[in-house]
Amino acid sequence: MSELLTAEGLHLHFGKVAALDDVALEIHPGEVVAIVGESGSGKTTLLRVLAGLMPPQQGQVLYAGEDVHAMGEAARRRLMRSDWGFVHQNPRDGLRLRVSAGGNVGERLMAAGARHYGNIRAEATEWLKRVEIDPARIDDMPLQFSGGMQQRLQIARTLVTRPKLVFMDEPTGGLDVSVQARLLDLIRALVADLGLAVLIVTHDIAAARLLAHRMLVMRRGQVVEQGLTDRVLDDPQHPYTQLLVSSVLAA
Amino acid sequence: MYVAVKGGERAIGNAHAWLDEARRGDPALAELDVAQVEQQLGLAVDRVMAEGSCYDRGLAALAVKQARGDLIEAAFLLRAYRTTLARFGASEPVETGAMRIQRRISATYKDLPGGQVLGPTFDYTHRLLDFALAAEREAVAPAPEGVADPAPMPRVTELLAREGLMRRESRSDAEPPDLTRDPLNFPVPRAAWLQALARGDEGFLLGLGYSTQRGYGNSHPFAGEIRMGEVTVEFTPPELGFAIELGEIVLTECQMVNQFAGSKSEPPQFTRGYGLVFGHGERKAMAMALVDRGLRAEELGEPVDAPAQSQEFVLYHCDNVEATGFVEHLKLPHYVDFQSELEKLRSLRQEAGQ
Amino acid sequence: MTEASIEAGYNFGYLDENTKRMIRRALLKAVAVPGYQVPFGSREMPLPYGWGTGGIQVTASIIGADDTLKVIDQGADDTTNAVSIRRFFNRVTGVATTEHTAAATIIQTRHRVPEAKLREGQVLVYQVPMPEPLFRLEPRVAETKRMHALADYGLMHVKLYEDIARHGAATTSYNYPVLVNQRYLMSPSPIPAFDNPKLDRMPALQLFGAGREKRIYAVPPWTEVKSLDFEDHPFQPARADAACVICGARDSYLDELIVDDSGKRHFVCSDTDYCASRPPVQDAAA
Repeated sequence: MSELLTAEGLHLHFGKVAALDDVALEIHPGEVVAIVGESGSGKTTLLRVLAGLMPPQQGQVLYAGEDVHAMGEAARRRLMRSDWGFVHQNPRDGLRLRVSAGGNVGERLMAAGARHYGNIRAEATEWLKRVEIDPARIDDMPLQFSGGMQQRLQIARTLVTRPKLVFMDEPTGGLDVSVQARLLDLIRALVADLGLAVLIVTHDIAAARLLAHRMLVMRRGQVVEQGLTDRVLDDPQHPYTQLLVSSVLAA
Repeated sequence: MYVAVKGGERAIGNAHAWLDEARRGDPALAELDVAQVEQQLGLAVDRVMAEGSCYDRGLAALAVKQARGDLIEAAFLLRAYRTTLARFGASEPVETGAMRIQRRISATYKDLPGGQVLGPTFDYTHRLLDFALAAEREAVAPAPEGVADPAPMPRVTELLAREGLMRRESRSDAEPPDLTRDPLNFPVPRAAWLQALARGDEGFLLGLGYSTQRGYGNSHPFAGEIRMGEVTVEFTPPELGFAIELGEIVLTECQMVNQFAGSKSEPPQFTRGYGLVFGHGERKAMAMALVDRGLRAEELGEPVDAPAQSQEFVLYHCDNVEATGFVEHLKLPHYVDFQSELEKLRSLRQEAGQ
Repeated sequence: MTEASIEAGYNFGYLDENTKRMIRRALLKAVAVPGYQVPFGSREMPLPYGWGTGGIQVTASIIGADDTLKVIDQGADDTTNAVSIRRFFNRVTGVATTEHTAAATIIQTRHRVPEAKLREGQVLVYQVPMPEPLFRLEPRVAETKRMHALADYGLMHVKLYEDIARHGAATTSYNYPVLVNQRYLMSPSPIPAFDNPKLDRMPALQLFGAGREKRIYAVPPWTEVKSLDFEDHPFQPARADAACVICGARDSYLDELIVDDSGKRHFVCSDTDYCASRPPVQDAAA
């Protein structure tokens, strides 16, 4: 199967600090890839560069053979509205807080050209159910939702147009542990159901084990180790990976 | 040090003498009479009365003359005088519904009882400099006078309210707070912010009101009614126990009609923004009404995110006497603070260089 | 040219010829890209901003000695602002003015489109207070420019969706946004939504001037202008359900007049020329 997205030779420095130091990766359709590492390792920067939100100083990112950073903003936004999705760590960055839950889910459909109110509403209702939000709350504002509900709404809003590739930045980051587990289960089910490719950034090794087929370990802007999730976690080669895995086990 | 202080005294004395000379201007020209200011620069006098929150045309005219036409300085002078006056009591509420109208317009109805009265307005004049005014003129012919419509002039907002389309204001006979006696204690009730806006800076409120029209705090306003004219001021001396007329003052009142989307408990309806100022101050009354409606966002369950919707932002910054004092205080010596900053900056740069 | 009747010391049309040329260039661009807001070097005018300075500059730039000008505000020729603007052009151009829609070559308007169908060769000049149709949803102009560039109008549909979800219908009654030539979202200026259908494939040239916001835009003749809606909630222009007390019209937009202190109301045509062109209602029938 050919790659959906590939990146090679990515460099990005902030002053003397290397956020990305010769990073390369590829992701195939339907594949879930986790990027793990401590904060400051460069993983969120990598996600932003891959999603076209931030240009690298060197290297390129190709989506379906097209250079993401060379295309115009219009084309990139079109991609973001159609083939791609982005789930922010803080749901408030990915939702319109003063637009109803239904409007939030419907926005992407409307941006994609949907012009039938009844159909948009039916689709929004369906998606609220899928992310386990009571459809009776379709006209409520996300401000009235709990953090976990807001995150599930953000996921519904992102997935409603069935994107091919979804970027997730610490999607369970700000949530309680019990809520995190439920959300991870939901994400896993949806991803499998829809056959999505997902690039997920997380510092949570357990989350990576649950969701990801493959994983990349980052440290100081470099990918120090990568491979199938089980292999990396059960038989870590790089000392830094060993440290990461053991600190999880110890915790 | 002793010498420096004496030098300061002489400098101040000389500066004030120069100010006096500059104020007088060319001595070959006749000196401006306070009565002329009062009569011929009437709108400047009105603005100073409003922002000085003291209704006295003669004193306001004197302040304008003394301030060389600097209207904020004039309002400052008037306020400083006002504060020395003994207070005998508060008037009865004035009834603007019984105003003797000089001007009354509605932008919401083409015709309505009492009609549209344009009055002495710049509206619909073409702003072409009139060089005839630069020359000596013969006496100005009196304006043609129509027959006053004796019909009462109901308020547009009341007509809408009777139909249930305008949200009723809650009525209260409670004594309103007096911001000249008690400091604002946030959040403040509407009666307090209306007082603050009524004496607030016209330019500041104009800019804020304008911002609500450009999307920073949507209010969808219509000028339901603007009226200007004389109202009677009454006072009830405790020893008499009934109200007596003290005289008449000119007021400008604006009632804006604004959209309101409704909430879970209320159907959609219109709401009002209210402006009232001393004298003929239409721009100020309108701006005040826009800002008043902006400040009601919280009460009406609307998002509060624009500057004109923030009580503290608006009320702490609308008073031009306070604002000019603090901005201009930057002219005062800050030698000591600055010296400590200098030393700090030098030491930080030295550390950074190492 | 009737130079003699022009206010002494002023150029024909008040603006100097270079300014007119600059505005005409902006107009040409606007016509070439229907619905796109063209920035222009709006000048200080002798009437206040918000009172029609954009429309006046557009009219001043296209008017010639042979033109016949009609000026309306709220549909009427006799409203104070219309009188003032007509007088202004009379002073600075001396061109013929008319109250008859059919007799005018240029019609400057605030808040209405005439009831009578316009024809090819006529120009309708709108006075526009806020050219940006998205400003209530997004006040930052830099952001709305990007949204137009990318035709990213999902937000506008979200607003419509929210209206229907909450109130069962669109709540916008005037300045109802339209999509021009299937590309640019445009403010039709604060005309009642009732007038929106008249913009669609209008034979006359429509020019829009916003002086304070310094934007010009246009709809060329016969261009598609579609009011935003959903397939299952089609756009519905509304008017008061009443007849004009003067001419009996049931197809025109009506002004509501309050005729007494008890709140009794009458309705009359807002388009005074249209009303006058129709036979009056017989008193017996009224």
